Amino acid sequence: MGTFIGKPIKRREDARFLKGAGRYTDDIKLPKMTQSAFVRSPYAHAKIVRIDTTNARNMAGVVAIYTAEDGCGEYGVPCGWQVNFKNGETMREPKHPLLAKDKIRHLGEAVAIVIAETLEQARDAAEMVEVDYEPLPAVTDPQKAMDSGAPLVHDEWPDNAAFDWCIGNDRAEVEAALASAHHVTEMEYRNQRLAPNAIEPRSYIADYDVNAGKWTLYTSTQNPHLIRLLLCAFVLGIPEHKVRVLSYDVGGGFGSKIYHYTEEALLTWVSKEIGRPVKWTSDRSEAFLTDAHGRDHVVKSKMGFDKDGKIVAHLTDEYCALGAYLSTFAPAVPTYLHGTLFQGVYTTPLIHLNVTAPFTHTVAVDAYRGAGRPEATYLLERIISKAAKEMNMDPAEIRFKNFIPPFDGVNEPGYQTQVALQYDSGNYEAVLKRGLEMLGYEEFRKEQEEARRNGKLLGVGISTYIEGCGIAPSAVVGSLGARAGLYEVGAVRVQPTGKVSVFTGTHSHGQGHETVFAQFVADKLGIDMADVEIEHGDTDQVAFGMGTYGSRSLAVGGSAIIKSVEKVLEKGAKIAAHKLEAAEEDLEYAEGKWTVKGTDKSVSFGDVSLTAYVPHDYPEGLEPGLDFSSFYDPTNFTYPFGTHIAVVEVDSDTGKVHLKRFLACDDVGNVMNPMIVDGQIQGGVVQGVGQALLEEVVYDEVGQMLSGSYMEYAMPRADDVPMIETDRTVTPCPHNPLGVKGAGEAGAIGSTPAVVNAVVDALSHLGVTDIQMPLTPQRVWKAMHA
Amino acid sequence: MNISITINGKLVTHDIEPRISLSHFLREHLDLTGTHIGCDTSGCGACTVTLDGQAVKSCTVLAVQADGSEVTTIEGMAQGDQMHPIQEAFREHHGLQCGFCTPGMVMTAADILKNNPNPTEEEIRHGLEGNFCRCTGYHNIVKSIQHAAEQMKA
Amino acid sequence: MIPAKFDYIKASSLGEALTLLQEHGDEAKILSGGHSLIPSMKLRLATPSVLIDIGGISEMNTITEEGDEIVIGANCTHHQIATSDLVREHVNILSQAALCIGDIQVRNRGTLGGSLAHADPASDYPATVLACEATIVAEGKDGKRTIGANDFFQALFLTALQDDEIITAIRFPKVSQGTYQKFFQSASRFAVVGVAAIKKGDGVQIGVTGVSGVPFRATAVENAYDGTSSAAKHAMDGVDDIISDHFADEEYRSHLARVYVKRALEAL
Repeated sequence: MGTFIGKPIKRREDARFLKGAGRYTDDIKLPKMTQSAFVRSPYAHAKIVRIDTTNARNMAGVVAIYTAEDGCGEYGVPCGWQVNFKNGETMREPKHPLLAKDKIRHLGEAVAIVIAETLEQARDAAEMVEVDYEPLPAVTDPQKAMDSGAPLVHDEWPDNAAFDWCIGNDRAEVEAALASAHHVTEMEYRNQRLAPNAIEPRSYIADYDVNAGKWTLYTSTQNPHLIRLLLCAFVLGIPEHKVRVLSYDVGGGFGSKIYHYTEEALLTWVSKEIGRPVKWTSDRSEAFLTDAHGRDHVVKSKMGFDKDGKIVAHLTDEYCALGAYLSTFAPAVPTYLHGTLFQGVYTTPLIHLNVTAPFTHTVAVDAYRGAGRPEATYLLERIISKAAKEMNMDPAEIRFKNFIPPFDGVNEPGYQTQVALQYDSGNYEAVLKRGLEMLGYEEFRKEQEEARRNGKLLGVGISTYIEGCGIAPSAVVGSLGARAGLYEVGAVRVQPTGKVSVFTGTHSHGQGHETVFAQFVADKLGIDMADVEIEHGDTDQVAFGMGTYGSRSLAVGGSAIIKSVEKVLEKGAKIAAHKLEAAEEDLEYAEGKWTVKGTDKSVSFGDVSLTAYVPHDYPEGLEPGLDFSSFYDPTNFTYPFGTHIAVVEVDSDTGKVHLKRFLACDDVGNVMNPMIVDGQIQGGVVQGVGQALLEEVVYDEVGQMLSGSYMEYAMPRADDVPMIETDRTVTPCPHNPLGVKGAGEAGAIGSTPAVVNAVVDALSHLGVTDIQMPLTPQRVWKAMHA
Repeated sequence: MNISITINGKLVTHDIEPRISLSHFLREHLDLTGTHIGCDTSGCGACTVTLDGQAVKSCTVLAVQADGSEVTTIEGMAQGDQMHPIQEAFREHHGLQCGFCTPGMVMTAADILKNNPNPTEEEIRHGLEGNFCRCTGYHNIVKSIQHAAEQMKA
Repeated sequence: MIPAKFDYIKASSLGEALTLLQEHGDEAKILSGGHSLIPSMKLRLATPSVLIDIGGISEMNTITEEGDEIVIGANCTHHQIATSDLVREHVNILSQAALCIGDIQVRNRGTLGGSLAHADPASDYPATVLACEATIVAEGKDGKRTIGANDFFQALFLTALQDDEIITAIRFPKVSQGTYQKFFQSASRFAVVGVAAIKKGDGVQIGVTGVSGVPFRATAVENAYDGTSSAAKHAMDGVDDIISDHFADEEYRSHLARVYVKRALEAL
């Protein structure tokens, strides 16, 4: 722990947010700015027979209306990750058109954009655009999409598969082990489709400066540089250095704001066409229909055990929906971000996962908080608890029996899994022990027995998760199909007065980077936090960075900054040595000054900074300035882990689940700011609880969405959840300089199976072994009466 | 239509289409962008302001309906540099992350505490049922309001 | 989201509102709290060309005691009703129901009259209005009339109100004992099932909302009532037109109705 590192420092971002002075994209107004509205398909699958914009064009205030026939039809948004078929066939990759031409492939797909002086006028005119459709049958379920004769999403391919994929040991070997296993536990379910629902809707402003030939795109994105690259090089074919992407305050992302969306590209194109800035802000209905969704896996799984309850083999087949078009990271989510976590925290010797990923007549499915790891964790943690019940074992006992033994990744090597990854460091027993202690597990079991005698349905659910984050080594992700590197950039610019500007390629949309990054930079430099400013979200200021997702900001972005801090100190030492007339190796740096060891001769960071920019009396051959930029490409992912425990009571009359307690003991490596880490865990947990109990995107047979507003899509409200009790163990990451692992997604990964396990536990004496998520009162009641 | 509304203590007169909601009016016509729009149909609570002292979802009040009323937005909560005790409490207890739902949370908290200066945890949670937060899990928002209640009593 | 264009007229008196309503006929909608109307206009599901705002009519904003009745102006908000001493003392069940509606912000704006006129089958008040045998006071071009609770709710989103009529007040008989029990829909927080039950002599009167396209009196339960909750099993006798959605299908909703009638009888 330093002066700032490890302390619950209050956030410097808060004052502006609390005063209503945040700068979200929709808050920005530019001179001569126009507004826009989309005309969207009311069908999931249809032929576009006719579009008539004549009446709309005559409406007051209309500046322009574009359809795919009006010059933007050739452009399409690509995917950022390629996963080929098992047989080597190339992934099927349709370009996502900026506006639909001829055919609609999902509900809400845009067919026209109306530009007007005011939003009112744009909406009014959009209502007047006439579109005739010929509706076609649609398929929204990933398994049904693979049935022969299923409606095709893209006519050019003989079936709906975009790719298929497998990982792990030889399938025949795994099947053989299952056939000879003492006990086999099976599960079939759907990890349901979720809508991310950041409370700030997506918002973009594109501004083309005709004189400079430059665009500025204000966008609510988690990753400004990647948006710029995709937009320029892969969609519109415009020069990258002529585009500035700005992403100031962003109101939550949870994955949904990683991707390059068609609207961003279209607005950029429109702005040049009309020679004026143009804004679009999604409304909530559009958000449900067009923001990339999460999850949607249809799962069939078997896990085999020996007579002692040790796992001997695990085989799973999944159908994973991709939607009508491939979103930026979509192919990675059900594959490399998912199958690679099938080892879990257990010593399972044989694992095989087979994935079929079809197109569906739905909006795209991509990474949503946890991205593939929640789906893996849900499966492992549900099936092992189900197995425990079937084998008459305690769910904690079966986990202890199967845990990978502790390893620190320094003295003991990392753990090589059956599914490609090597875990960095872990102590899984410790988090489960602590979790059980926090609850008072033995006591609880007694209380539960007592409650049952009184007719109460009380249950406890355990989940011990691991996740892979700090995404990650470029060469590794490249070999897995990523089309971008996944390093990070961090620059430290020391100003002549010793004040420090830090530039990071990560992006903060709630995580508190402005505070946390300043904490460790100030500590490492031995200066006050007030002397450090963090800049992000501006592609003109920051070198090419990779943004924020996959709990990577601190582990990857923080490490890049540390590299630059080290370069500053290294060069500073040369200047200090010159000023102190001492040898560099005789100096030590502490509390913001270089001191000649064993003397009181010292020079301050500020003096050295000034000297670097006023190099009158200066080391020979040394460049002036104190300004470094570094790229950090880690050697491995990081692997946070933890135990989550839920205690529930089920209303026996209605099936309604009351979440009584939720306990989380997480290990995210070293902790920079415990207040912020706890906040990340609490928020993640509640999002995971949302999946377990409340949330589901429901499409009907023709592809209409039955859950397209807050009247039908249930999310956790304040009175749905209790206080989240948190604790942690600390197992540092051995391979990055801060020893951090990442905390952004852990909560959402561990919590979902804990809650479902608890409900099933509460009802186990009634013969309930599984319930489909979300565990609505209706589903729970029906399970009780099945 | 011509309307006059006292907003954060200042009388504002404007000519406006009847179909413009109060939230839209605040943001687009007065540049008071602290009032956020998350769903625009009274589901999420991000647009909460007080109208004649009561918390309302400004997306579902027409600006013309507020004619002659007094409105306080998040921008009107602090006295100069001195934040309102509720705002202070949110900072103290990390009651916000991305900040988008925050103005609505603060304004709703003001209504909760006005009617019930000593709320229990359950009463606070019940009071927040009209406000979504997707970041915090509500844990620290509830704590912030508990802390604000203590501070405001003191 | 922006509604289609409309004209807005703020009525300063009931008389003015009635005249305006007659003048504009089908084109007009009455605006009270606006919490159902404005969202549906924003989604352009409703496109009235005139809105007549009755929110400022103070004569419709009072809660008074008139003999054996509590008379509640149609403009009273859910918050007013939930916190009124008169209502709490004499029609406590109504303040319970009001407190179950929406959230603080919605209760600060939404009105009793507006909610009843809108007649959403999942709204909370109808159960209480039916159980209490309240009367709805309406005024139109032919003057004032009262409509009994049983006659008021006619079909999904349809009431006995004529196009030229406005609800001005609702008269609730004083109730010594009553309870409102609700099973919340987890997204909208509307009622999947809402049951209002009051004691009347030795008997009970029970209103049920959320279950069917039209809220109803659980007469089979009332008839079978024996002082215990065993009559709850009759809650769905003779009920058809049962609402079904992804939160509650017919089977589950019917089950919930029986559970909540039972709970209401037990809470009495």
